[in-house]
Amino acid sequence: MRKLALSDEILLTVEKPARYIGNEVNMVKKDLSNIDIRFCMCFPDVYEIGMSHLGIQILYDMFNRREDTYCERVYSPWTDLDKIMREQNIPLFALESQDPIKEFDFLGITLQYEMCYTNILQVLELSQIPIMTEDRTWDHPIVIGGGPCAYNPEPLAPFFDIFYIGEGETVYDQLLDVYKESRKNGESRTEFLQKAANIEGLYVPIFYDVTYNEDGTIKEFKPNRDDVPAVIKKQVEMHLSETTYPDKPLVPFIKVTQDRVVLEIQRGCIRGCRFCQAGMLYRPNRERRVDFLKDLAYKMLKNTGHEEISLSSLSSSDYSDLQELIYFLIDEFRSKGVNISLPSLRIDAFALDVMSKVQDVKKSSLTFAPEAGSQRLRNVIKKGLTEEQILTGARDAFLGGWNKVKLYFMLGLPTETEEDIEGIATLSDKIAREYYDAIPKENRKGRVAITASTSFFVPKPFTPFQWTRMATSEEFLDKQRFLNGKMKEQLNYRSIKYNWHEAELTLLEGVYARGDRKTAKVLYDAYKKGCLYDSWSEYFKYDVWMETFAENGIDPYFYTSRERSYDEVLPWDFIDAGVTKKYLMNEYEMAKSDQCTPNCREKCTGCGATKFGGGVCYESKA
Amino acid sequence: MKARLKFNKAGSMKFIGHLDIMRYFQKAFRRAGIDVAYSQGYSPHQLISFAAPLGVGLTSDGEYLDMQLNSTLPADEMLRLINEQLNEEIQVTSIKALSDESKNAMSIVAGADYKVSVKDGYYVCDDFTAKFAEFLANDNITIVKKTKKSEKEMDIKPFIYHHAFTLAEFNQEVGRNYEISVADEYENGAFVYMQLSTGSVDNLKPELVMDAFCQSIGVEYNKFAYQVHRMELYANDVTKEELEQGKRNLVPLEELGHELI
Repeated sequence: MRKLALSDEILLTVEKPARYIGNEVNMVKKDLSNIDIRFCMCFPDVYEIGMSHLGIQILYDMFNRREDTYCERVYSPWTDLDKIMREQNIPLFALESQDPIKEFDFLGITLQYEMCYTNILQVLELSQIPIMTEDRTWDHPIVIGGGPCAYNPEPLAPFFDIFYIGEGETVYDQLLDVYKESRKNGESRTEFLQKAANIEGLYVPIFYDVTYNEDGTIKEFKPNRDDVPAVIKKQVEMHLSETTYPDKPLVPFIKVTQDRVVLEIQRGCIRGCRFCQAGMLYRPNRERRVDFLKDLAYKMLKNTGHEEISLSSLSSSDYSDLQELIYFLIDEFRSKGVNISLPSLRIDAFALDVMSKVQDVKKSSLTFAPEAGSQRLRNVIKKGLTEEQILTGARDAFLGGWNKVKLYFMLGLPTETEEDIEGIATLSDKIAREYYDAIPKENRKGRVAITASTSFFVPKPFTPFQWTRMATSEEFLDKQRFLNGKMKEQLNYRSIKYNWHEAELTLLEGVYARGDRKTAKVLYDAYKKGCLYDSWSEYFKYDVWMETFAENGIDPYFYTSRERSYDEVLPWDFIDAGVTKKYLMNEYEMAKSDQCTPNCREKCTGCGATKFGGGVCYESKA
Repeated sequence: MKARLKFNKAGSMKFIGHLDIMRYFQKAFRRAGIDVAYSQGYSPHQLISFAAPLGVGLTSDGEYLDMQLNSTLPADEMLRLINEQLNEEIQVTSIKALSDESKNAMSIVAGADYKVSVKDGYYVCDDFTAKFAEFLANDNITIVKKTKKSEKEMDIKPFIYHHAFTLAEFNQEVGRNYEISVADEYENGAFVYMQLSTGSVDNLKPELVMDAFCQSIGVEYNKFAYQVHRMELYANDVTKEELEQGKRNLVPLEELGHELI
């Protein structure tokens, strides 16, 4: 019988004990006597969120293909268990073996969003691993961070031994081999880290120092020893149809956010929306072959028993063989009771056809993400979606029997004016009018239902807007109020529902998205004062955060509401993500003059990703 | 056609709640390629139902699941295919065919056998067996039953059909032949077997009996102190007239089915 780390009494006291017992379907079991490297993969959020993350499933599968390595998992304990573990001094444990994480060789933490940063400190502390890298010895795991937020690792620099910049398929094997060798040869932890730092794509923050100018900006960022590289190069897997992919993904007992087979069809994006960090970070665009995906779909459904499959990628409509793939999935699996969960598609005849095949039209809604209310502002952000396309798409859908539309917008985009904000309301209204125009009274099944949601724009590193000023919370709220008023002025206001996000959390996201090392101390202090699960509004303690910024003499608005000059040293400048600064500057300038640039398939704009030697860049030149 | 599966639940699986166990089986059937029938509509679901939900924290040798099948395989082949897809802490032990007109398991449950053990590390009282026997020797056992609206007194004695302190004795009491079990064993030796009324009409949970026992000996009831293990679920296999006369003939749910061919 498996021995669990927590007693029956604790497990019967906490909410959803299945979060902590492991033993899920397809969980990998290994005999520890044959294992050299114990790796614990962590998603620093609650189980249901963490288990929905594809990246961890890919790495879990990849690590466990190595005979010498056993990869296990851990997620943030929910607040009820967190309290008990602190009171009873129970060390955080991995789900598979239920062994304490502090006994592992590696703790890999995926960094998916800024609002989980305090949860990282929670995981370290509950694991009884020193929170600061400088306090760790060979008795502690190597703490390594990866994922999109690793592209600005600086706010987390004191807490991590290594950051992995890029896709996990590439240099992890090399790192594990170096680790094994180092341990075998009795090298010091620092010697190992020095070797790790020389693996392309790995950043070891203790080997780098930052100096600041009087105004708080960065003066210089450079290695503090001469045997580590000055620039860290992003790693990219170029052969997505030959790489490992989990054909036996884990199947949780409890319902998780993405409780389905997830098929990643491509990485990268040809669109280059200027606000989108993923679209820049994951360049170049690389597609997986359709036959590879068909085969995987079969295997994954067979091996999991899931009753749903969804496709994952940025801008799925751009995937070359999308029609073939989706019609295949419908033909093969729909009759077997498998739901096909559609990615957000550009609304056209194909999309409406497949939507009507896989969804109950009466219940489902169609989704548009115009992001901005006016064509001018859509040009600024390079969102290639015109009002005409939206209205035609909506009209076709209404004629096809739909009467629900969801619209997603951002407030606070660069150069935004009141006119642009009002455009959100008028566009919502125009869609409503399309419905009443297109459908004669006697054929209407009630009113059209339009839901317009706004979130707040947060500038991210490695985007053309990385230099831009972010609106303050007050400005965001003013914009929201203004829009709410405009919504009420619309002819069809009763058909439109306006949803909005909280403004306060956005400030924090803005700080940590573009923060430097100085913000790490605030993070630590806020965590020590009880900040945890910040992305969960019931736990977000805005006042504590603001108080902590003040105590540390750090002005959050220095990081958010300041337009940066092109010659300022940005905290992430030492990372080479492929896209060049010159390209980003050019895009920013074009944005400021309301101009679009072509997408990758139309014409290469020389972003720099071509140096990875593949993808769309090569397609067009072939 | 209809089929009835009997399964056990042990170890860490006791922390998986009823609805999640249902989802677990649905996925296992799909992996095993069992030809389960589906409901119609946009979100088809498997036509399966459980006899009596088992609470989180309880283990069992006697759980039941009814399913509608489009086609079948020999029982041992089905058992093998399904068990290959289940973990070692939850295994199907029998599969029986049901006639089309048979009532679903949920509606016919009338009794259940339990083994309730005091877990190691917990103390209830000295001479547990003697005290418990004394407790059950009372002519009536009145408890206060709290509902949403009111509190009312209730005598649970008539719903405790049998009890024993050894397996041999219990086998004799209930006319069964229990042998191996997935129930956890505890070193303190404090445990009791009970057959209790179960189902939609007079549902007596073993936890309630333990609570009443603690009250009777003046000990505070600690819900974490006991491991409740369900051993069997029964239907009352009597005619309508016999039922009206209050007759009882408890038959394990699996015995209402016949061999699957």
